[in-house]
Amino acid sequence: MRFALRRLGFFALTLWAALSLNFLLPRVMPGNPVESAIASLHVPLTPAEMNAIAAQFGINQHQGLVSEYFTYLGHTLTGNLGVSFVHYPTPVTSYIATGMWWTLGLVGTATILAFILGTAVGAIAAWRRGSRLDSTLPPLLVFTTAIPYFWVGLMLILVFSSVLGWLPSQGGYTLGATPTLSLSFIGDVLQHAILPAFALLITSIGGWVLTMRNTMVGTLTEDYVRMARAKGLPPHRIMMSYAARNAILPNLTGFAMSLGFVVSGAILVEYVFNYPGVGFMLFNAVNGSDYPLMQGLFLLITVVVLLCIVLSDIATAILDPRTRTAA
Amino acid sequence: MAMPISVSSGQPAGLPEPSALPGPGGARGRAARGRLTTAIRRNRKATAGVILLALFTLVALFPGLVPHYDPTEIFFGAKCPSCYSTPALVQSAPSAAHWLGTDLEGHDVFSQVVVGTRAVLVLAVVTGLLTTLIAMVVGVAAAYLGGFWDGVLNVVTDMLLVIPLFPLLIVIVKYLGQSGNLVLILVLTVTGWSYTARQLRSQAQSLRNRDFLLAAKVRGERSFYIIMVEMIPTMTSLLLACFLGNALYAVLAGSGLQFLGLGDPNMVSWGTTLYWADSQGALQSGLYLWEIVPGLCIALLGAAFALLNYAFDEISNPALRPLRAKKARRQAALAAPIGGRLASDDARAS
Amino acid sequence: MTHALADDPRGLARSHPSHGPLLEVRDLSVEYLLEQAVINAVDHVSLDVGAGEFLAIVGESGCGKSTLLFAIARLLYPPAAITGGSVTFQGRNLVGLTETDLSAVRWKDMSVVMQSAMNALNPVLSVAAQFRDAMRAHGVTSKQEIDKRSAEVLRMVGIDPVHLKSYPHQLSGGMRQRAMIAMAMLFTPELIIMDEPTSALDVVAQRSLMAQIKELQRTLGFAVIFVTHDMSLVSHFSDRLMVMYAGQVSEVGRTRQVFDAPKHPYTVGLMDAFPSIRGPRVPLMGIPGSPPDLARPPEGCRFAPRCPKVMPRCETSLPPLYQVEGVGVRCFLYDDGGAR
Repeated sequence: MRFALRRLGFFALTLWAALSLNFLLPRVMPGNPVESAIASLHVPLTPAEMNAIAAQFGINQHQGLVSEYFTYLGHTLTGNLGVSFVHYPTPVTSYIATGMWWTLGLVGTATILAFILGTAVGAIAAWRRGSRLDSTLPPLLVFTTAIPYFWVGLMLILVFSSVLGWLPSQGGYTLGATPTLSLSFIGDVLQHAILPAFALLITSIGGWVLTMRNTMVGTLTEDYVRMARAKGLPPHRIMMSYAARNAILPNLTGFAMSLGFVVSGAILVEYVFNYPGVGFMLFNAVNGSDYPLMQGLFLLITVVVLLCIVLSDIATAILDPRTRTAA
Repeated sequence: MAMPISVSSGQPAGLPEPSALPGPGGARGRAARGRLTTAIRRNRKATAGVILLALFTLVALFPGLVPHYDPTEIFFGAKCPSCYSTPALVQSAPSAAHWLGTDLEGHDVFSQVVVGTRAVLVLAVVTGLLTTLIAMVVGVAAAYLGGFWDGVLNVVTDMLLVIPLFPLLIVIVKYLGQSGNLVLILVLTVTGWSYTARQLRSQAQSLRNRDFLLAAKVRGERSFYIIMVEMIPTMTSLLLACFLGNALYAVLAGSGLQFLGLGDPNMVSWGTTLYWADSQGALQSGLYLWEIVPGLCIALLGAAFALLNYAFDEISNPALRPLRAKKARRQAALAAPIGGRLASDDARAS
Repeated sequence: MTHALADDPRGLARSHPSHGPLLEVRDLSVEYLLEQAVINAVDHVSLDVGAGEFLAIVGESGCGKSTLLFAIARLLYPPAAITGGSVTFQGRNLVGLTETDLSAVRWKDMSVVMQSAMNALNPVLSVAAQFRDAMRAHGVTSKQEIDKRSAEVLRMVGIDPVHLKSYPHQLSGGMRQRAMIAMAMLFTPELIIMDEPTSALDVVAQRSLMAQIKELQRTLGFAVIFVTHDMSLVSHFSDRLMVMYAGQVSEVGRTRQVFDAPKHPYTVGLMDAFPSIRGPRVPLMGIPGSPPDLARPPEGCRFAPRCPKVMPRCETSLPPLYQVEGVGVRCFLYDDGGAR
C-alpha cells in the first residue's frame, strides 16, 4: 500500500512538472507567442481583442507571474485548456477529443500487438537457444530497431501505394466519405490503418523480442528452472510458468519506459500518413503556432503516458507476488 | 526510433572481478580495456558495426575522399526552344554524372548525402558524449552519495523518463525558433540523459560494495579518487554501450525533428534532405532515390550504433553470446539442453 | 513401479537386500566446452550408493562436486557436458537417455534439493502450486490427493500446512529450505541428492536441519548424496565420506575411518585445518597453494604441487585409487601391494 501511495505521489509530481513546463516554456523562450498567435490569425484586431487573446493564453498584463501560474493551474485542472487559435473558437478539449480515438485505435492496437508478439517471439527464441531462429533473429532485429519510424512509413508508402497501388497512403479514411458505423466505412478505416500500423509494428517489435530474449536467457540459468527440470515437468510448463512468467517482469517495466518512444513513433507515423490522430494534430499545431492546442496536446500525451505506466504497474503487481507484499 | 534494447543494465558478469590488490586503478582500467578490444574483434556484430561506423566517420571527416559536387549547385536540363529559362535538371534514375539522380530543384542527391554525413555524425557523437557524461555524473553521484541526494536525483531522473520527450522536444524547438545543429545538440542532451543515468546508477550501486572499492577506502583514498580512478574504469563496457545508445537516440530523434521541418532547412543533413524530399513530393514525382537513400543512411548509421550496443551487451554478459553451432551440436549429444530440441537431439546422440 | 502415496514408510520394503547398489557411477567425466578452452571439471569419478545409505561428498570450491551432482541427476546445461562414463540408477544407465525417458525417473525415484531455496523455488508461484506441478507431472490429478500429500510432506518437515498458500519470499530462510526438502519427498524417492542445502543457513539452523534430514532418512529409508564443503557438518550424519579434489576422487570410505584416520595428504590437511575443540591446542594449519587450472590439468597427481609428501613419480603419473583397509585413496604413498 505504501508503495502504491509513493507511486501515486510520484505521478502527481510528474504531472505538476509537466504543467509547469507548459507554463514556463513560452515565457522563457525568445519570441512572443502572443504576437505570433495574433499574426497567425491573419485578421486585424482591436487592442481589446488582443488583450482577450492574451488572457486566453494565460498571459495577463495585470497579473504577476505567480498569480498567473496559479490561475493557469486552476484552469487546467478544471479542464479548461483554452481555445485553439487556428481552429478558433473550438475549445482545445473538444478538438483534441476528435483526434484521440484515431490515435488510440491505431497506435494503441499496434503497440499492444507489438508487445504481445514481440514478447512471445523473444521467449521462443530464448527457449530454442542456438537454433536457426535464435541465430538469425537478433542481428536482423537490431537493424530494425535502428530504422527511423518515418522512413519505414515512407518505404511502405513507396512499395505498397506508389508502386503497387494496393493500399492507400493518406488519411484515416477516404477523403469525402462520411464517417458512419457502416461495414464499408469500417472496412475503409481498416484499409487505411494497415500501412501505418505495420510501420509502427516493424520498428517497435524488435525491442520487445530482444529484451524478452535477453532476460529469458538469464532466467533460464536460474536455479528454479533447473529445479523444474529436475521435477520432470513438461517443457511447455517450464517455459511458461517458470521461465517466461519471471522473464516478462522487466519487460513490463520496460513497457512503461518505452512509452516515450511509442509517442514519438505515433507522431512521425501519423505525420507521414496524414493520419488524423493526436500526433498529426500536434505537428499541425506546431506549424500553425497554435499554442493553446500545442500545450493541450502535450498535457494530454503526458497524462496518457502516466496512465499507461499505472496500468503496467498494476500488471506487474498481478504477475509478481513480491511487489504485492512489498512495503 | 525504437526503445533501447540494453538489458544488462546492472551487473556486468563477464569481465573478471578486479582483485582487491592494492595498485593504481588505472592499470586495472587498462587491463579491462585490453580485454575489451579482443572481445570486439571476436564478436561478429561488433565488427560489422565498427566497419559501418568507420565508413561513415571517414566520409564525415574527409568528404573530399568521395567525388561529389556542391550540394547547393543547380544543374540544368536540356534547353527547350519555347522555355523562358532553362529548366532545372530533374533526374530520377542514376547516371554517370549523378549517381543518385537529382532532386526537383536540380541539386545532386549523392552530394547532399555525402556532405550531410558530417552534420549527422557530429550530432550523434557530440550528443552521445555529452548525454553519457551527464548521465555518468548523475548516476554515479546518486549511487555513491546515497540517501537524500540519491532520492532527489532519482526523482528528477524518473520524471524526465516519464514525460514524453519527443513532444517536449517539438515544443521546445518550436519556441526557440531556430534550430541548427548546436541547438539540436543542446536540446537533445538536456532531455535525453535520464535513461542512461538510471543504468549507470544501478551498476555503480552494485560496484559500490565490491571488495576492491572497499580496499581503496581502507587504504585511505579520497572519494573523488575512488570514483574517478577505481570505479569508472571498471564501468567502461557499460559506458561505451550507453554512449552508443545515446548516439543512436540522437540520430533518430534529431533526424525526426529535422524531417518534421523543425530543423534548420538550410543545413545540409540527411534529415533535412528528407524533409525537402517529402515536402516537395518526391514520391509523387517518381524521384524515389531522393526519398530512399538519406533514410537508408540514417538506418545504416543507426544500425551501426545499435549493433555495437548489442555487441557490448553480449560482451559484458557472456550468457547472451551466440552459441557456436558446432559446439552446440556436440553438447546436445551428451548433455540434455535447456529446452526446445529435446528428444530429437538426444535421439541423434544414441 | 507405481508409488503409493501412503504414509507407509518405504523403509519396510527396502530392508530386503537389493541385487546391486542403488546408484553406480563409473568413470564419469564432465567437461565445460568453452570457446577458449575445455575445462575438465570431473575426471573419471566412480562411486556407489546403496539403498538407504548417506554418502557425503566434500571438497573445496571448484573441486567439481556440484558439477558431479548435476551430472548424476542429468541436470547439466551447456557448455557443461558429460563426456564419458555411466550413471546406472536402478539398473538403467541415465547417460544417453532422452528427457522424456528421464522424466519418468525424475522426482519419483530421484529428487534434488538445491543450495538456496530462495533461488530454487519459483518466486511467482505459491508453494502449493509448485508441489502441484510436480505431482501433476507424474500423473496425480485428483485435487484431494494433491492437497492431502502436500500437507503431509510439510508436516513431515515441521511446517504448518497453512503455509501452502504462501509465496517463497514470505517464508523464512529455514522454512524455505525445509519446504524444498518436503517437496523432494513428495513421492518418497529412493535417492535424494542434496547440493549444500544448509550453506545458506546459520550454524544453529544447519544442525537442526541436518538432524531432521537424518531423522526423515531413518523413517522413510531413502538414500542421500550430500555435497558440502563443511566436513565437520557431515561427520556425524553420513555413512560414507568421499573427498574430492580438482575433479577427482582422492579418498572415499566409511566416514568414521576417513575422519579418524585420514590417509590422503589432502584429507590430512583438511582435518588439520579443523582443530578439535576439545583436543590440545595446535597451531592452525592451512594448505598452501591453490587448486590446479582445470583447463590444463597436470599429467600427474593433481595435488602434487601442494603436497607435503610429494615424490618425483607423483608429478609424472596419476595414481590410481588404491584400496587400503576398505578405504579408497588416490596416492602413491599406498602403492605397496595394496589391491587396486
